Amino acid sequence: MTDIPSSHDATGLIKRPKRWHIGVFLLPAFIVYSAVMILPLIETLRLSLFNTVDGQSTFVGLGNFKVLFGDERWSEDFWNALKNNVIFFIIHMLVQNPIGVALAAMLSIQKLRFAAFYRTAIFLPTLLSFVIVGFIWKLILSPIWGVSPYLMDLVGLKSFFSPWLGKPNSALIAVSLISVWQYVGIPMMLIYAALLNIPEEVIEAAECDGVTGWSQFWKIKLPLILPAIGIISILTFVGNFNAFDLVYTVQGALAGPDGATDILGTLLYRTFFGFQLQLGDRSMGATIATVMFLIILAGVSLYLFVIQRRIRRYQF
Amino acid sequence: MSKARHSLTRTGLVHLALIGYAVISIFPVFLTLINSMKDRNAIFRNPMQVPTFETFDLVGYTTVLGQGDFATYFQNSFIVTVVSIALVLLFGAMAAFALSEYRFRGNMLMGLYLAIGIMIPIRLGTVAILQGMVATGLVNTLTALVLVYTAQGIPLAVFILSEFMRTVSDDLKNAGRIDGLSEYSIFFRLVLPLVRPAMATVAVFTMIPIWNDLWFPLILAPSEATKTVTLGSQIFIGQFVTNWNAVLAALSLAILPVLVLYFIFSRQLIRGITSGAVK
Repeated sequence: MTDIPSSHDATGLIKRPKRWHIGVFLLPAFIVYSAVMILPLIETLRLSLFNTVDGQSTFVGLGNFKVLFGDERWSEDFWNALKNNVIFFIIHMLVQNPIGVALAAMLSIQKLRFAAFYRTAIFLPTLLSFVIVGFIWKLILSPIWGVSPYLMDLVGLKSFFSPWLGKPNSALIAVSLISVWQYVGIPMMLIYAALLNIPEEVIEAAECDGVTGWSQFWKIKLPLILPAIGIISILTFVGNFNAFDLVYTVQGALAGPDGATDILGTLLYRTFFGFQLQLGDRSMGATIATVMFLIILAGVSLYLFVIQRRIRRYQF
Repeated sequence: MSKARHSLTRTGLVHLALIGYAVISIFPVFLTLINSMKDRNAIFRNPMQVPTFETFDLVGYTTVLGQGDFATYFQNSFIVTVVSIALVLLFGAMAAFALSEYRFRGNMLMGLYLAIGIMIPIRLGTVAILQGMVATGLVNTLTALVLVYTAQGIPLAVFILSEFMRTVSDDLKNAGRIDGLSEYSIFFRLVLPLVRPAMATVAVFTMIPIWNDLWFPLILAPSEATKTVTLGSQIFIGQFVTNWNAVLAALSLAILPVLVLYFIFSRQLIRGITSGAVK
């Protein structure tokens, strides 16, 4: 990286004084960012290629990955966490983003009263910490307190209630929906901003041609906000494959029941730090972090180099 | 006539849907707040009722304030958040100025390098970050958290602020140069005051994840003296699972600062998002 670039005039004849101030301006950010973020990231990737053999750190190539993917002590947990993480992501894409788009579409209706109030209310959960969100929902869904059965009774669905968070086949869906509840504000806001940026004239022209209501949304607005939908998709992807906190606060580090809500973040935590009888393992922790890094990198590259280029952008 | 009625029903349905979703968003928070102020029996017998004269009880709050070190936790969270934001804004604005103002070799490369952090989460480097903090003796200090959050916040800050700094007029800066201002005074005295709105947006975006983070406090600073509010309430609630009064009171205490900040900053936040700062 060029911290203190020396600049020559194009002709090379007149030598300008060294512009030290550029370096001074860049240096603090560069140092902190490199030292605390980039170098540890590289070091983590490096560590994934090493393991402790006879008390010595030894280069093992892709050995750790082989263990993670194939060894029976590790692979079952890993594939389970990966599968859960994919389901976690799919639920977000299918529930969170469509609801976010729908809410934004409704909020952007012109002269809608109380729009500011709705916006504020719906965005509120996004600001709460996972600890709050996790425990509130644990209490609400708890059969002991009886708030959910009571509410479901009001609409005559009481017989459908079950302790979802405690059952292996519904726990992951329940946790994902809690996360959707918390984060729906982000797609809503970004889509809302994109909808506000559509120029009046385009909408007026559509209205002159008799395109209104539903068909106006599908045929005019939706194509125009596709780039924003692309952005929320990639943000959701990165956020989901990096998630940890909500599962940890709702289900604990073991991501119960019986690993049903274990995702890569919680697996990384348990592996790296150890939990209860399991000892912490630095190399395997680094290996899992590397896998997460590669997954996120693949997703981001797919978005930047394939999807983003295909999406048509309209300049006004 | 029929068209007007049609649009009236449509508006009605839109309001119904929005009210419905707004209730879903607020209800859990509301439920926690009202039940935190009731006695134990009332919490279980009538969870949906607002506290009345008979059921009003603050025993949960007295337990929380008597047991946990919540004052220290708040102080820690506050210090970490404020210092990190200050550093993110200062360093981020300086780097953004260098990138947007001067043409030099490696400008583009530096911009890309700093942008990596927008997409790749810092959490993936945790293994080595912990190692580094152990080596430098920073484990269980607030400095460790400040460093991590500063590094985490810089990429987005540089990105947003450099967009805004491009809009500051060149004439103004050149007039300053002719008047003999140094590049540093141009930055601090001319440019910074002009991008203040953008700085506020960055501050809000940076603040929320820092205040709410659980991962780094859990790993880098779990000691009693350095716990943040988020970690502190997580552990406190874990210990008091069966004391519902205390749990609900702890949750309410954790919600309140966020609520207050949100009402102060919500216009700034929403304006920031809708003005396209995060496009």
